[in-house]
Amino acid sequence: MLELKNITKTFTGKQGSIHALKDVSLSVNQGEIYGVIGYSGAGKSTLIRCVNLLEKPDSGSVKVNGVDLTTLTPGKLREARSHIGMIFQGFNLLKTATVYDNIAIPLKLTGLDKKEVKSRVNKYLEIVGLSEKQNAYPAELSGGQKQRVAIARALSHEPEVLLSDEATSALDPDTTEAILDLLLKINKELGITILLITHEMNVIQRICDCVAVMENGEIIEEGRTKDIFTSPQHSTTKRFVNSLFSHDIPDDLLEELSESGQVATLSFFGESSGDPALALVTKKYDIFPNILSGNITRLKDEAFGQLLVHFKGDTAEINKAIQFLQEKQVHVEGVTLNERHQRIS
Amino acid sequence: MNAINEFLDAWGADLWESTIQTFQMVGISLAISILIGLPLGILLVLTRPGKALDNKFVYNVLNIVINVIRSVPFIILLFFILPFTKFIVGTSIGVKGVIVPLVIYTAPYIARLMESALLEVDRGVVEAYEAMGIKTRHIIWNVLVRESRSSIVLGLTIATIGLIGATAMAGLVGGGGLGDLAYRYGHLRYEVDVMYVTVILLIILVQGLQSLGNFWAAKLKKD
Repeated sequence: MLELKNITKTFTGKQGSIHALKDVSLSVNQGEIYGVIGYSGAGKSTLIRCVNLLEKPDSGSVKVNGVDLTTLTPGKLREARSHIGMIFQGFNLLKTATVYDNIAIPLKLTGLDKKEVKSRVNKYLEIVGLSEKQNAYPAELSGGQKQRVAIARALSHEPEVLLSDEATSALDPDTTEAILDLLLKINKELGITILLITHEMNVIQRICDCVAVMENGEIIEEGRTKDIFTSPQHSTTKRFVNSLFSHDIPDDLLEELSESGQVATLSFFGESSGDPALALVTKKYDIFPNILSGNITRLKDEAFGQLLVHFKGDTAEINKAIQFLQEKQVHVEGVTLNERHQRIS
Repeated sequence: MNAINEFLDAWGADLWESTIQTFQMVGISLAISILIGLPLGILLVLTRPGKALDNKFVYNVLNIVINVIRSVPFIILLFFILPFTKFIVGTSIGVKGVIVPLVIYTAPYIARLMESALLEVDRGVVEAYEAMGIKTRHIIWNVLVRESRSSIVLGLTIATIGLIGATAMAGLVGGGGLGDLAYRYGHLRYEVDVMYVTVILLIILVQGLQSLGNFWAAKLKKD
């Protein structure tokens, strides 16, 4: 559906050049919600802007439905762009136009007749739940409502792909939830593929099937959301996962606990979160697990839980217990002082 | 009351004629200046580095030409371009003869005012329209000009008031107008009454225009 290959982009400024994207490749399947996460300056914004060539990559190819956009003439590119919807952090609506006109004007400009424009505006305002606001000006709307208008505007061109450039970053948590629900609905009911970038892990957790983590213009880790959540490899990825599930225990406590056993994070996913694996461990092995903290949440549509546990007992017994847990599809990761310090730096 | 009637009898016709001349000069040169200035302002914005029609040469030439013309005070410009005026309209005197220098004086000013108005438009909105595959010329009218129309109206109000000031000097080449009346009769012939009345008329005109401009701009602004 969407395929970016070996994209590089360098910005040359007064302070020298910045390699915003270094040989980035990424592919999104039809019907997927694909999230790219990274801190600011990681290059994710440049990446998403390369998809519809708002930013022209220095090299590499951008294929949408098999068509390489970088080879198109300006006219053909405009045509291709009209099948790629985009929403932004700043909404980017016309301040001088009503909600209705904000959706209708671009439709008219792409050559649709009046009747078709009207029916599309009404249809998509209905989908985003803003039909009764069609005569309001953007200044009279809340941030969430403005983003809904922007989403309706993007959808009204009936695109196959929707690009979301930090669409929820300017919104409060409740509104973010509502907009994410709307994106999920669009994905499910209209079958629109979504590529989004964000710096918030909860956006990935709530709606993304796949995730790529970016740092310094490169994708450092990529995979199914559940795999990234259960066993993040790169330290930045771990930091992002920890931003959602923070099990911070004080250093001195950790040191004290480590003397009498092992502290570990247990991740339960899907079916394994229903199994009383930890209870079995106490029966089978001579150890005393002590739950320090825990939580359970939802990854898109499956349950995902994490426990921070202190296993008190003999090292050999603990290792056996951990092995048993892993056989039960529980992901176990030890917590040591060193690692924590690495995380902080 | 008698005094007023007496004054009107003596000066009414001249005042009326001068007011009409001022309106003519302002109206005609404003219309032509907008026709030249607005596209130039758009061009200035679009040929900037990094914008849709990025063109260093056009941008720099336009920039320099506008600055050069704007450096010359109107009273000097008026005489400096006499041959050019004669070439364009066949005469260098009267209302007709003064339109050319007024336009040359005002159009670059309007271009600058339009430039700053258009630059205020959120780059993101333009980008959103580019991302929807909308043609550049449509973006110019439906995004750039539309979104800055309130600032454009305010800019045009400023330009019009500047233009009224400039027409006062048009009398020097026989263009007439309120300024000319005040100068010729009020100053040269010590008819201070005429001077006072024209000044008051000009104040009312400028006040009225500014209020109208502010009102209209506020109405167009939706945020």
